[in-house]
Amino acid sequence: MILTRRALFTGVAASGATLLAGCDRLGESEAFRSILFKGADWNEWTQRALTERNALAREFRPDQMSPVFRTNGTRNPDTPSYNAQAATGFADWRVRIDGLVARPQALSIAQLSSMPQRAQITRHDCVEGWSAIGKWQGPQLSTVLNAAGLSDRARFLVFHCADAYSGGTRPYYESIDLVDAFHPQTILALGLNDERLGIGHGAPVRLRVERHLGYKHAKYVERIEAVASLADIHGGKGGLWEDIAGYEWYAGI
Amino acid sequence: MAPRDSNDPADIAAPGTRRAIYKHRLATRLWHWTNAAAVIVLLGSGLMILNAHPQLYWGQYGANMDQPWFRVGWIFEGGRIPGWLTIPSTYNLALARRWHLTVALVFGFALLAFMLVSLLNRHFQRDLRFRRAELAAKHLAHDVREHLALRFHDAADPGGRNVLQKLSYVGVIFVALPLAIFTGLTMSPGINAAAPWMLDLFGGRQSARSIHFIASMGIALFIIVHLTLVILAGPLNEVRSMITGWWHTPQEPQR
Repeated sequence: MILTRRALFTGVAASGATLLAGCDRLGESEAFRSILFKGADWNEWTQRALTERNALAREFRPDQMSPVFRTNGTRNPDTPSYNAQAATGFADWRVRIDGLVARPQALSIAQLSSMPQRAQITRHDCVEGWSAIGKWQGPQLSTVLNAAGLSDRARFLVFHCADAYSGGTRPYYESIDLVDAFHPQTILALGLNDERLGIGHGAPVRLRVERHLGYKHAKYVERIEAVASLADIHGGKGGLWEDIAGYEWYAGI
Repeated sequence: MAPRDSNDPADIAAPGTRRAIYKHRLATRLWHWTNAAAVIVLLGSGLMILNAHPQLYWGQYGANMDQPWFRVGWIFEGGRIPGWLTIPSTYNLALARRWHLTVALVFGFALLAFMLVSLLNRHFQRDLRFRRAELAAKHLAHDVREHLALRFHDAADPGGRNVLQKLSYVGVIFVALPLAIFTGLTMSPGINAAAPWMLDLFGGRQSARSIHFIASMGIALFIIVHLTLVILAGPLNEVRSMITGWWHTPQEPQR
């Protein structure tokens, strides 16, 4: 057998480099990406098939909370209209609920605060890997949806937000299905850690959709639209990060 | 030539001769190569995912203001795993997650299938079960000395696995790989809700993330040692046996 040590190690190193370069090229090929991206559907299907649909995310004790709850993503929309709202303490902020609903709504923060509230100490998991535990409070989304009367044709809820990316050209939005919309821990949070929600955390109102990663938890919510399909909304993939970066729409993993 | 059992006493080689032994069954070979490809992709994409927040914590939570037990910056300048080790080679969290989570399904179900088939075809019982005498301190010390002298095969049973091989294969198949799967599932907020006992088992999501990393580094270490030993034991014969199943007894002089 003629195989020198040098040839062997050169071979091992070369095949390693080829493999990684090959993975890069595969990852850029459209045909391969469509297979690779199917994995998100398989994972969602497996999870939904094997787990209890209404299972609650873990709730923690006050002494288990993070000493500091960091902010991420947009820390301040900093647009003229948002700044004007912030200057008046969001007195004129309205959350519109429209689309496939019987009774479109435009709810003020005061109205949302007067609805039955749910407080929950939960863990926030960023897609990047960090976690923080905090106490969120606000009305359940189901309360608001029942007031608006969802149509039978509605399958998703789209959250339109006051912040934008790409130099203000791409408005932030996110979407969830009805399983998560009517989950008891899905709330329109108005408060964090017993204070009104700060601007960095999405003031005046932010979606909390526990059992999903952080990028689903839309901040600065202005409008909730009930739709039958996500295909015609912005990039069609159900959220800004899904459209521009290729993140999974199902963020339970 | 019909496949023969590698433990067959008739396999004892006469000095100076080489014989072919059917060492690896089809299911073992299929799983080996599927798993090898999957694990390489999982390690590379996992290291890219780690780059998104290159710090590890113990407990239920952990973010920038909290105390990490490990920072990538302690090992690599710039605080990031270099691109020649990651999939993709540039910073792309979304694409790395797509690689990781799609291939994780293949990896997980392939391991499950391999385990079931290996119980049914008695690969585990026949080839990986420890015999009492092998675990005696004297025998273990002897095996370590033999490995250090680069003598890997027992002349009396050239096709069998020695006790160090068994320990490392059992450690990887039954400990490290399942540990990586279960700690990976524990990082899923959806699974956390459905199976909160996993959070308790591993001591929280950030602990699970740390154990996931430690298990994968154990797997990486296994791969390095495994490849080194394949090279030292005669790479062509070893690799061919893992492709065709047929392994040739070594020509090393009998002792």
